[in-house]
Amino acid sequence: METKTVGFCRLFPMGNRLLALFVAAALLLNGCGRHSADSVAGAPPKKILNFGNGTEPQDIDPQAVNGVPEFNIILALLEGLVSYDPHDQHPIPGVAKSWEISPDNLVYTFHLREDAKWSNGDPVTAQDFLLSYKRMLTPSLGAEYAYMIFNYVAGAKDYYDGKLKDFSQVGIKAPDAHTLQITLTHPTPYLLKAMCHMAWFPVPVKVIAKFGGLDRKGTDWTRPGNFVGNGPFRLKSWQPNQRLVVERSPTYWDRANVKLDEIDFFPVENANAEENMFRTGQLDITSELPPDKIPFYKRDHPDQLRIAPFLGLYFYSCNVKRPPLDNVKVRRALALAIDRESLIKNVVKGDEQPAYAVSYPGVAGYVPRARLTGTVDEARRLLAEAGYPDGRGFPPLELLYNTSEGHRAIAEAIQQMWKKNLNVDISLHNEEWKVYLDALNTKNYQLGRYGWIADYIDPNVFLDLWETGGGNNDTNWSDPEYDRLLAASRAAPNDQDRYEIYQKMDAILVDQLPIIPIYYYTRVHLVSPKVKGYWPTLLDMHPWQYVDIDR
Amino acid sequence: MLRFIARRILETIPVLFVIVTVTFFMIRFVPGGPFTAEKAVTPEILRNLEAHYGLDQPLWKQYFNYLGSLLHGDLGPSFKYPNRTVNEIIAEKLPVSIELGTEALLVALVLGLTAGVFAAARRNSWLDYGASGLAMVGICVPTFVMGPLLVLVCAIHFGWFNASGWYTPADRVLPALTLGGYYAAYIARLTRGGMLEVLNQDYIRTARAKGASELRIIFRHALRGGLLPVVAFLGPGIADILTGSFVIETIFQIPGLGREFVTSAFNRDYTLITGTVILYAALIIALNLVVDVVQVWLNPKLRFE
Repeated sequence: METKTVGFCRLFPMGNRLLALFVAAALLLNGCGRHSADSVAGAPPKKILNFGNGTEPQDIDPQAVNGVPEFNIILALLEGLVSYDPHDQHPIPGVAKSWEISPDNLVYTFHLREDAKWSNGDPVTAQDFLLSYKRMLTPSLGAEYAYMIFNYVAGAKDYYDGKLKDFSQVGIKAPDAHTLQITLTHPTPYLLKAMCHMAWFPVPVKVIAKFGGLDRKGTDWTRPGNFVGNGPFRLKSWQPNQRLVVERSPTYWDRANVKLDEIDFFPVENANAEENMFRTGQLDITSELPPDKIPFYKRDHPDQLRIAPFLGLYFYSCNVKRPPLDNVKVRRALALAIDRESLIKNVVKGDEQPAYAVSYPGVAGYVPRARLTGTVDEARRLLAEAGYPDGRGFPPLELLYNTSEGHRAIAEAIQQMWKKNLNVDISLHNEEWKVYLDALNTKNYQLGRYGWIADYIDPNVFLDLWETGGGNNDTNWSDPEYDRLLAASRAAPNDQDRYEIYQKMDAILVDQLPIIPIYYYTRVHLVSPKVKGYWPTLLDMHPWQYVDIDR
Repeated sequence: MLRFIARRILETIPVLFVIVTVTFFMIRFVPGGPFTAEKAVTPEILRNLEAHYGLDQPLWKQYFNYLGSLLHGDLGPSFKYPNRTVNEIIAEKLPVSIELGTEALLVALVLGLTAGVFAAARRNSWLDYGASGLAMVGICVPTFVMGPLLVLVCAIHFGWFNASGWYTPADRVLPALTLGGYYAAYIARLTRGGMLEVLNQDYIRTARAKGASELRIIFRHALRGGLLPVVAFLGPGIADILTGSFVIETIFQIPGLGREFVTSAFNRDYTLITGTVILYAALIIALNLVVDVVQVWLNPKLRFE
């Protein structure tokens, strides 16, 4: 007969063995590598950049997508007529080695370089560009950025709308294999800057034709093994939601100057997980940084923290048809009663610039003279003049924002400022992203949080939004003088005259305040000190051929 | 038994049909669509986009088209990812979620059963209190606390693992531990309770009197009783692990179906939403059926009900 203690000893080893097995397995698996990068013993280490790219790319066809993560990848795989300069993003020759502009500023003639090649060895010709733009303008493709072409090129809008059937009537001509001529509807001084955008990139039309035709998106041509590009890198592999890998292209015309051997794009959506991956060395560059970590990095690792001005405006959009926002004095009072410096220092924390005008000061040499000035006392006075002395009788006002910790913190701070300075109570309401966007688009809101990031570096980007009935003008605001000035700016003969018109437009916006500007964005993220050639730029675009990494 | 299973499978078909219909119409009535974006597309472009995906047709027509393609096993193209179909996306991601779920389940069973058996065998000893206490902690600490804590300690501080991702075999450890640890706690308590109930029965005392070893008593007699509540728990528990993996998949950036399930709703990716809903509904129904069968097999008393 066995006693309990003996039975216990028999029992313990069995269970112990199971646990021991599990621990051993865990330790063994641990030996299977801590870093995801491969290394071959003996060979010089490959220069691989591990890049945190935010969301999983929808696709890598430049005519089928419209997001920043997609653009980062496309910038490596394809090249347009012009490219961004890596320091200040001004347009420099890309596939086009030179160009001329006609005296009336309507015809641009590009001369393509002879040694530009696709990754399958075919030469890049002007005909490729012509057919690429034709594809972009094909209505059945449904390209979201088609307007980037049809807003400027003669006849393009009519072709897109189906009024013009013959593409040879559109202002895009390829007189020979290395000459491309583009004719505009009106002079566009910032056209070359806009052409750095992927909407103007060529696509390998001969390859696309083999995979289901040129008029549909989402065909197989973008899969690894099929994809053909003309950029500094070529597509090596794409495991959805895991990693997209590009490697140095042997056919790129400037391949001798490309520094990196490989770029691994990681779609990491969660900012905290991304920061963890940076700390363990899995990532060299992150796409963002949780704001509450900013003070720690500033204090302990300032060499890894990158805070750079970013061409975007954070503002509150006013639905000027809904009381009390239909009264400009109320809008002004609210705008003046926000302590922007305190907000940035204590809530947003990313060294943003407070915004007292709509246009970004210093964009392409333009500095708005108009400025929202006034003290809190003046704000109170304005509110009293509007009929709500000391906030008495102020009707209900609701601030709508999309669900996010950051926006909530800002909204709460501003709510408190308005209470303290004006004695008005507003209510806060958050909605999920698409619902919030829908509410703004259908003008079903009073005050709404909004942000606008520029597509190219020119003061025009923030000013052309507010024309009457503009697709992104959710304010119901309409001013015929503003519309007139906008049309005049498009016809201006030179930048100086154009900028003077913009000054007047900024003055109207500061006077009428259809939107309340709050701050200009900064890009806050982590960049390992090993990375070189990744200079801070206003659009945060970094042509990959200049980027390098110490290994 | 076979008739029972056949009947249950037949009952599934109307259930799935209702689920498909309700989901199809519900998501289309939610504000915002797949192409609602911050930079508003011009009306002409929006028209073309909708035409491409058949969204400009009357709703009932879209519904019947969808049902038709469903019968062929085609779940449609994804709205958000134009070059991938829903079938492909699910085929890529479901195995990942299943792998994560299986590993978490293994962790849960190994840790939970062991702890529960020990606690029951050595009742009211320090072993029992320790195991029960740890189980309580495991149940109370949510996965979104446990996960980042494990990452902080094991990955960042000690450097044993990657912080997130699903690249190497070692990447499986932390997520499986986080997800499994939570269920291990439940299983430990259930096993302990079930076994204690059995250990008090007369037939156990008889077995001891007849000279059976402690080991034999625990594993031959008591464990069966201890497993019953665990099996009952496992039905909804496995479904939970598979569908609720969203939190773990977000913390560890795992390319699984749980995360896709949630983000597709945010993206208003109609086809992907409906596809994943159908899949999960079918899985849950199948799992419940399996659990019912196993329960009946384990406990003969249920066969006559």
